[in-house]
Amino acid sequence: MTLYTNLNHVETAEQLGKIIQENENVMVCCGRMGPMCVPVYGIMEDLEKSGKYDHVKFYDMLFDSPEAGIIRNLPECRGFMGLPFTVYYKNGKVVKATSSIQNLDQITDILDDKFEN
Amino acid sequence: MNQFDTIILGAGPAGLTAGIYLSRAKRKVVIIDKGIPGGQMVLTHEVANYPGFENISGYMLSMNMKKQAELFGAKVISNAAIKAVNLVDDQKTVTLSNGEVYSAPSFIVATGGRSRQIGVNGESDFTGRGISYCATCDGDFFTGKEIIVVGGGNTALEEAVALTTYAKKVTIVHQFDKWQAFNSAIQEMEENPAIDSIMESRIVEFRGDEKLNEVVIEHIPTGSTYVKPIDGVFVFIGYVPNTEDFKGILELNQWGEIVVDSTFQTNLKGVYAAGDSIVKRYRQITTAVSDGTIASLNVAEFLNSIE
Repeated sequence: MTLYTNLNHVETAEQLGKIIQENENVMVCCGRMGPMCVPVYGIMEDLEKSGKYDHVKFYDMLFDSPEAGIIRNLPECRGFMGLPFTVYYKNGKVVKATSSIQNLDQITDILDDKFEN
Repeated sequence: MNQFDTIILGAGPAGLTAGIYLSRAKRKVVIIDKGIPGGQMVLTHEVANYPGFENISGYMLSMNMKKQAELFGAKVISNAAIKAVNLVDDQKTVTLSNGEVYSAPSFIVATGGRSRQIGVNGESDFTGRGISYCATCDGDFFTGKEIIVVGGGNTALEEAVALTTYAKKVTIVHQFDKWQAFNSAIQEMEENPAIDSIMESRIVEFRGDEKLNEVVIEHIPTGSTYVKPIDGVFVFIGYVPNTEDFKGILELNQWGEIVVDSTFQTNLKGVYAAGDSIVKRYRQITTAVSDGTIASLNVAEFLNSIE
């Protein structure tokens, strides 16, 4: 099962490992098709379309998939109790993680700060 | 300059409906939203009382409305970074931070509302780390735990009952000495053995480290405070209209809601308003759709009158 968004989906932990090794800047939103997650997917879709963040790869991942343990169990997500878990990877390492809904300004602030073009 | 017949600010059910009607009437319409289309509707897990759909997610209903508006020719701009809005001149304008300017002789404000936050120390720090505004999204993180629900209306009481599916104990903290909910909701809550309540009280501080550990509760009549250890807090204390940008420009009531006449026109000629941001009693998707319909029909008449 995947999420019905227009983002590229991460289906397995192995796939995520490959993506973050092969791409310098990666943003992954791990959630469900729920009220707090959908706005974040929508922002990511628009940012991807805008062309302003071509240096960032945008993905989503289904929170309830056993494979999503690779995100759920990150030390950076310890204490998270709100969907979605959004994780930002630079050169394969987690540089930022957020819990619960985020707005456009919050997301672009992180992208601009962590993934300077 | 992008010239349109009508600018609609807000792509919730009111704005999208207005967009559908006006674009179907061959008017050139742009719908601009700071977020994604759907407004608060997209934050609704399941919609079971929208005619024609036994059950549909708020997300799908939003996408259907957006698609319908676009099919009739409306331009929808989501996640727009809005720099300035001018409602005063004959040509109303919206300027985006990328320099694009949208102009039209008529305007519909459909900016909706958002969940009210408590606004005390620690609230933003622990959002997603113990504080939540969505029971269906985050309830399962609190399985077997003790939680607080803040609020005393229908939503608070219904969500408190729903959260007992996960939490072993739910305490409702309410600022008044009486509930503001329907009797059926009160009865269901009172019959649930996992729920108790603290009346005439409010949370004045959230505390914790990696996640929320405790709250400070004030008993309002006496002002006395005490610390209550807790695993999570769900907040359901109503909504605030998204009208801050129009203060001093549009006539607002004491709650910040836009005052409109029977045609949904504001105090400014050519500027209409619809949906959750206006003065009204019932806020439902169906009432927003109704507002959007009536406002757009009056806008069409206004456009005819100035041509």
